[in-house]
Amino acid sequence: MIDEIVIKPKSKFSFGFDELFQYRELLYFFTWKEIKIRYKQALLGVLWTILQPLTMMAIFTVLLSNGLGLSTGNMPATLYYFSGILIWNLFNQAVTYSAQSMVSNANIIRKIYFPRLVIPISAVLTASFDFLISIIIFLGIVSYYDFLGTVDVDWMWLLLHILLAFIITIFTSFSLGTFLSSFNVKYRDVRYVLPFLVQTLFFLTPVMYDATKIQSTFIRKIIELNPLCFAIESIRYSFDSNALKFPELSIFVVVIIIVLYFMAIYTFRKTEAYFADII
Amino acid sequence: MKPVIEVDNIWKEYRKGIDRKYKSLRETVTNLPREIFGGEKETFWALKDINFTVNQGESIGIIGRNGAGKSTLLKILSRITPPTKGSITLRGRVASLLEVGTGFHPELTGRENIFFNGSILGMRHHEIKQKFDEIVDFSGVESFIDTPLKHYSSGMQMRLAFSVAAHLDSEILLIDEVLAVGDAEFQKKCIGKMDEVSKGEGKTILFVSHDLNQIKNLCQYGLLIQNGTLFQRDLIDKVIDKYVNTLEKTGPIKFNKKDNKSVYINYFSLKNDVITGSFCEFELHIESKINIKSDFAIGIRNLENQPILQIFTEHFNSALWINIGLNKFSIIIENLNLTPGTYSINLWLGNGLVDLDFNQNCIQLIINQIDKNEKNKPFINFRGYYNYNSAKILKNKV
Repeated sequence: MIDEIVIKPKSKFSFGFDELFQYRELLYFFTWKEIKIRYKQALLGVLWTILQPLTMMAIFTVLLSNGLGLSTGNMPATLYYFSGILIWNLFNQAVTYSAQSMVSNANIIRKIYFPRLVIPISAVLTASFDFLISIIIFLGIVSYYDFLGTVDVDWMWLLLHILLAFIITIFTSFSLGTFLSSFNVKYRDVRYVLPFLVQTLFFLTPVMYDATKIQSTFIRKIIELNPLCFAIESIRYSFDSNALKFPELSIFVVVIIIVLYFMAIYTFRKTEAYFADII
Repeated sequence: MKPVIEVDNIWKEYRKGIDRKYKSLRETVTNLPREIFGGEKETFWALKDINFTVNQGESIGIIGRNGAGKSTLLKILSRITPPTKGSITLRGRVASLLEVGTGFHPELTGRENIFFNGSILGMRHHEIKQKFDEIVDFSGVESFIDTPLKHYSSGMQMRLAFSVAAHLDSEILLIDEVLAVGDAEFQKKCIGKMDEVSKGEGKTILFVSHDLNQIKNLCQYGLLIQNGTLFQRDLIDKVIDKYVNTLEKTGPIKFNKKDNKSVYINYFSLKNDVITGSFCEFELHIESKINIKSDFAIGIRNLENQPILQIFTEHFNSALWINIGLNKFSIIIENLNLTPGTYSINLWLGNGLVDLDFNQNCIQLIINQIDKNEKNKPFINFRGYYNYNSAKILKNKV
């Protein structure tokens, strides 16, 4: 069989998923490389992935729960804050890595052809690797509380909720990161926008607070439209319900995620062909 | 059988200034009115209507001067950048080597880099595994294979990079001047490998290089590209001849009147046939509005535009005395011990650090092989020393 490749001026728009599938091994190697590089020559290596969320969890618990006396419902404060930090870290890392991924791989883009989407996807997968490790710690803490009898968890529902939260976060951060990464190729302003954007979103995401307790209905609705809010709430829900429970505005959130996703892919695909010329 | 590569009316347009590193949003906003109201966008065609086909097993050298469009063509063929118009059909797996070691990371070990680099060049995981020992063996860095790349010498890195590239198993190979790596011995090994790949395994190779000898050794056919257009596609020897001939004029060269210059060169010619080791005589005319004592230099460059020799009056405690009006000089360089071949000549006229006149690639200087019949007349009297004054500029008015 002979593969026939036709090179033409960029004409019609396509998602090119079949091509992406052909390059799945490269996707694997890209992710593998990123993960390897991250922990090379670090004394504690992968341990850093665990230390950071645990420290944050400790600070939030001491400050907000013990200090300010905020209630965390049926959940132990540690788990409550850890669940928020988990999702937030995944989002934060996935967006940051993928937004910068195109520019930091500029030398490869200029010299070799492959579907460029491999780069932001691998950045998101790299962030997911850290998430996986944190999830193991999280489940460890849950089973400790379960053993003590502090919480009563239905493991299947918990895992399902975590999976749902993971998918929502991955799609949201991939869309945002991919959109920013193609923008970053042309305008390096992204470098300055990114920290500001991430910080703003942090306050709009119920990591340290409970969205349902917001007094103003309007503000609460806005916060609940945030897909990350959906993700975090669904993990927290699984501690007081024994079924898959969705937040109020879930339909709208799903629509938002889908719109974001298509917008990102469209922008990326449209500009992709000329990356090597302008990067 | 259909040709492996069909290039059909390829045009590539670049915007001037687009190669700037990056734009900030502010710049775009300030330039917006001009973009919208159709202020002149400065564009140029890097490639103009390129057409050719390549059959399976052919090895083709792409020749042209810097900026002729060779690399752009290769980039389009490797799908890194799309053409503006036209289409290309490639039949077979393509591996493009615009650079060796793309994606090499200093923190990864040699082994890890082989896997990542191989995969980025389009090799499958099992292929890399299968060829791993061969790759390591070829590179000659076995004992350091699990050492991070940052501890390698640059030569070792290059060798490892090339070894991965040399084991690519695709039907079409696009190569951009990557053979100029490593020491002479390794280069020879690389060329041997490329030769083996093209002649033995029936692979199709497109090869860009400034090294005409390399191209001659490796390729059967040549493409000559000039100013973005395809000038000739023929057997490699013919194409190289054509390239060398179109490069510069051998004859005398007359320069246009330069009103803004007080002193300028307006005529230059070679007066004799030069053989290796003999002398060489030029005639030089200088037009001047002033009386001036000026330095003069002749720069000799090879066809790759690398400087080979520079002869500068100051080094001989000499200078040209130029009077108002037309000045004619005869310039003689003795013992021009350049190997036979074609060279180009740059002329410089100046005073201290000030350039009075500068002309690049004025004429072509062909140095001939010593005549076999004159073997009894050795041109080098080797007495075990070197006379630093052997190259001289002698100045006298004609």
